[in-house]
Amino acid sequence: MFKIDKLTVAYQGELILNQLSIAFQKGKITGIIGPNGAGKSTLIKGALGLTATKSGQASLDGKPLSKLKDKIAYVEQRAAVDLTFPISVFDVVLTGTYPKLGLFKSPGVAEKQATLAALEQVDLLAFKDRQIGSLSGGQLQRIFVARAIVQDAEVVILDEPFVGIDMASEQSIMSILKRWCTKGKTIIVVNHDLNKVTQYFDDLIIMNRGIVANGPVGETYTKANIHKAYSSDFGDLLFEKDDRQIQEGGANDEY
Amino acid sequence: MTSISQFISALSQYNFLQTALITAILVGVMSGIIGSFIILRGMSLMGDAISHAVLPGVAVAYMLGINLLFGASVFGILAAMLIGYVASHSKLKNDTAIGIVFSAFYALGFILISLAESTTNLHHILFGNVLAVSDADLITTTCVLIVVILFIVLFYKELLITSFDTTFAQTYGLKTQAIHYALMLMLTLVTVSSLQTVGIILVVAMLITPAATAFLWTDKLHVMLVYSGVFGAVAALVGLFISYTFNLASGPAIVLVAAILFGFSFLVSPKQGILFKVNLSNHR
Repeated sequence: MFKIDKLTVAYQGELILNQLSIAFQKGKITGIIGPNGAGKSTLIKGALGLTATKSGQASLDGKPLSKLKDKIAYVEQRAAVDLTFPISVFDVVLTGTYPKLGLFKSPGVAEKQATLAALEQVDLLAFKDRQIGSLSGGQLQRIFVARAIVQDAEVVILDEPFVGIDMASEQSIMSILKRWCTKGKTIIVVNHDLNKVTQYFDDLIIMNRGIVANGPVGETYTKANIHKAYSSDFGDLLFEKDDRQIQEGGANDEY
Repeated sequence: MTSISQFISALSQYNFLQTALITAILVGVMSGIIGSFIILRGMSLMGDAISHAVLPGVAVAYMLGINLLFGASVFGILAAMLIGYVASHSKLKNDTAIGIVFSAFYALGFILISLAESTTNLHHILFGNVLAVSDADLITTTCVLIVVILFIVLFYKELLITSFDTTFAQTYGLKTQAIHYALMLMLTLVTVSSLQTVGIILVVAMLITPAATAFLWTDKLHVMLVYSGVFGAVAALVGLFISYTFNLASGPAIVLVAAILFGFSFLVSPKQGILFKVNLSNHR
């Protein structure tokens, strides 16, 4: 099980997260939602050691994460890489093999085959020799998902993977996440779009600095919890629409 | 044409000219290679800073009679660490930290050199004097080139990923700071090797210009490294020829040739050549 234990993060004297603990289930897609500034990305970055923390650590099956870093794949919010960098689609995905290779070893035939297979899965094999700057937002996001496939990690964390991408890419990424789930991986998705919460996630964490609610999506995604994390107007608006959906076709049948 | 044959016959006659040419070419290659990573990491200003910051190291090495590479490396790394420290422990931006540290080091270097040696030496350090390169210098330069190439080959993966996607590298536990400082160390070694060919002030041109030219011609990192090394070498060769034939300072001549190569590539290269773009839009 992937766990975050007593994580405390402060930015310039302001406490963003205070002694926050949470666990994620294997074989489930866990969504993390919350308003802007709720500390969703901070939670992830703090757990992965990408930002300075005051206390706390993440662990996988009882072992500290700092010793198991190749078991985690992190798909960052897309804008972070240099799109003019002289690198092809293939080579970006190939970097997913680096964590397991270690120093002084170059990717060999097996690594290159895994890369081609991952590109095939995200349906971008035809683009493998393109420089990455020539791709659309959705294609780019699929490439970073392909890199996570190649990493073959136990825990995959995606930060806002669906922002600014086309529906086909979103569906393609979702189907890969579901496939990972059936293999028993832990999938964590930070999301701010609430529309598909019940469709996409098995478990849901609602955050606003602290944890507002945590559990199976059917139990946590309630008007009351959204009220607590966001403004109440927002909750009313959102659930008015959801109520309508339920009447129309029962989108929430499985819960 | 006669000037070329004159240059070639001078090369066969004068040992010092051969040494100068080989050294200049080696320096062109190594600065092109290291420079590629400098520009891809958005560190052009850092390249300029480190090349200036080695000056006090050179002065101290002179005074103590030790190898210039040693003194320069100490001060180059010290400057890189100070810049990193100031930038991360204050709200100042990185370029501000760079500006403060390198100008202070440079000033210190000036004073130390004026205390230690005559002004002609200072002039040679600042602008280079490739014709004064000794055989011992040539051997040192060769060693530095070998170290640089080994560094790039052994840590190619790590250099690529820390330049392209630092967050990813950190996520899997790569020591990105160690890679950064190793690159800074290479940068200081290259700078010292360049002292005699182009001088401290123009080292940055040899780091950035051939690399930027190579960037215009390819979308592949390993190809960029090769092109950049070749452009650096060509600039050194042609620059030295011009310098010898027209009796001009070697450093500025080499740098201007590199700049002309860049200007030409800027106009015609397939990736972002201005002329090519005009052509494309005409066809559409």
